[in-house]
Amino acid sequence: MKVPGSTGSGCRFAGFTVCSYTCSHRCGQTHTMAHRDGIVKAKTRRSKRFLQSREPKLTEGQKSSMIIRGGNSSETVSQALKDVYALKKPNAVLYKRKNMVRPFDDSTALEFFSKKSDCSLFLFGSHNKKRPNNLIFGRMFDFHVLDMFELGIERFVSLRDVKTDTCPEGTKPLLVFAGELFETDREHQRLRNLLTDFFCGPRVSAVRLAGLEHVLHFTALEGKIYMRSYKVLLKKSGCRTPRIQLQDMGPSFDFVMRRNHMASDDLYKTAHRQPRGVKPKKKKNISHDAFGTRLGRLHMQKQDLDKLQTRKMKGLRKRRGEQTAETAAAAAKAPRTDE
Amino acid sequence: MASCSIEDVLAKAERDEAEKLKGITVNKELDLEFDPGNLLAFDKNRIDTREFKDNKREDFIRSLARDNTQLLINEMWKLPTERVEEIIVAKLPDPSTPLPREKPAPKPKPPTKWEQFAKLKGIQKKKKTNLVWDEVHKEWRRRWGYKRAKDDTKEWLIEVPENADPSEHQFAKRNKAKKERVAKNEYNRLKNIARAQKIKVPGMGLAPTPRQPKAELAQAVNVAKISTASVGKFQDNLPKEKTPKNTGKKRKFQPLIGDFSSEKQKQLDLLKVMDSKKPRLDITKAVNKQMREEDRESAQKSKKGFGKKGRRGNMSGKGKGKAGGKGKAPKGKGRKPHMKQGKR
Repeated sequence: MKVPGSTGSGCRFAGFTVCSYTCSHRCGQTHTMAHRDGIVKAKTRRSKRFLQSREPKLTEGQKSSMIIRGGNSSETVSQALKDVYALKKPNAVLYKRKNMVRPFDDSTALEFFSKKSDCSLFLFGSHNKKRPNNLIFGRMFDFHVLDMFELGIERFVSLRDVKTDTCPEGTKPLLVFAGELFETDREHQRLRNLLTDFFCGPRVSAVRLAGLEHVLHFTALEGKIYMRSYKVLLKKSGCRTPRIQLQDMGPSFDFVMRRNHMASDDLYKTAHRQPRGVKPKKKKNISHDAFGTRLGRLHMQKQDLDKLQTRKMKGLRKRRGEQTAETAAAAAKAPRTDE
Repeated sequence: MASCSIEDVLAKAERDEAEKLKGITVNKELDLEFDPGNLLAFDKNRIDTREFKDNKREDFIRSLARDNTQLLINEMWKLPTERVEEIIVAKLPDPSTPLPREKPAPKPKPPTKWEQFAKLKGIQKKKKTNLVWDEVHKEWRRRWGYKRAKDDTKEWLIEVPENADPSEHQFAKRNKAKKERVAKNEYNRLKNIARAQKIKVPGMGLAPTPRQPKAELAQAVNVAKISTASVGKFQDNLPKEKTPKNTGKKRKFQPLIGDFSSEKQKQLDLLKVMDSKKPRLDITKAVNKQMREEDRESAQKSKKGFGKKGRRGNMSGKGKGKAGGKGKAPKGKGRKPHMKQGKR
């Protein structure tokens, strides 16, 4: 990148290249890295906002997930991926085309996808003779794979097959984990953490009590995980808290645990490290005066004061007869002062 | 009698309450662990495998789910509520399950050169308004950017200052000045970034590499010497150092309109040379040069067999010489680009 500088007039800054700063140390920089370091400046405000949204932040928003279809996938797997995508909309991207990727052997392709789409959770579905109806749940830290769990689908009931009304898209679900395996076994603990991360939804400060409609229930028993999703019906009970009735809804899976790849303890700890001092965001243009009133600033267009619309007081309106009397009075006064 | 009736009343009240809460109470061996911030509940109770048979499995799971959800909802209803636009909303506490971050925490950026200076001097940042009143257009305009209040570039009239050259192009001068300012700003911005990431920035044409050849070191020394306020005029030479002769402008052009007599003389000389019968090429000199070249080549070819030994011997000598001379500054005889004079 050549910096614009006037040549020939003795300008000191003419003609040097930016690459000399970076190439000597990191020749393999990709375009995104150059943007991230601030060397290549964004040309429009929109692109600047886009790059800012991808930067690491103090408090993170909702994690997006990418749902990828593998090299060969059966009807079950495709339908399962579509159902999970429906659950996770709008913070999910679905890659329907076949991707010849083997996550457990080589995860660079997944990392590349996550970098491009800025997603930290992924769900990879595939099917082959050795591992039929395979789903891999995983998450990333800094665009490198943190945890991956391979679950095989034994039984699957899709959204389409269950003919009840569903709750609206994007509702935060209630999560329930049952089974002592989730407490005792280390792998199950990590899986519980991953499933919480995957399905928990946006972080909110308050929730509408009547809107708690969706519940996802995970049961762990003998190396198998049963995932069910129900719609919550709040019925009247004698007191304030309602009585719950559940209605079958949504996809239900019977998973069997297959391989997994868990992050090492220190990588896991690094991923949890929180930054110091999260400052509350200040709202602009709001100030308070001594009395506690809220003040803001408005920039007005130029107003024509003659044409201002004020309150019309009929009694104060000048009438023609009065006007002439006034002028006469004024004229009478003037010669008196002269004298 | 009264005491009996009071007891009766209390017992009746208890029974009534139990009736009311019957709908929502669930009996469990172990209490569930709740995380209301994430709307999460964790049931640690053992699941009876006998009831988990094929035909009754769904019902068992559903009843288990119902119980757990009831307990979670009871927990939710205990949270403090407030009314937001006619909707009852429960305020959630912070989530207690530690979930890993997406990306590592952002590192605080090291301060730029100006920020360091401002901190040193105690200069505070003054909050400026976004819009400024423009008298010319009689409206509020941005302070900088597209359609700004005082736009220098849009002026159609520039007064020529008294001491300026009348033939100078003022508009072009202004444009050039702006370009220089933009380039300087960009340069400083990149220097700030390089300082923040601790990358060594090359000075003008001198990129530091781990092993620098002798010539580059010599060049670096010369550049360092003239990088003083008086451009190296008062820098003394080291004991055996020679001042480099070839610095300065490589080509010198005569001004367009200068000394008329010298120009006339030059042109007359040129005509004389063109006129003369003597050939420009001195044949004897050229022939001598060619003969010398041929001699040198043949000598090299014959020396090839002995050349290797000789070279080895030379190298050891050179090595010693170099080691001895490391302390001193490299002599000015290092390879330097040949500066050609204006005339040949």
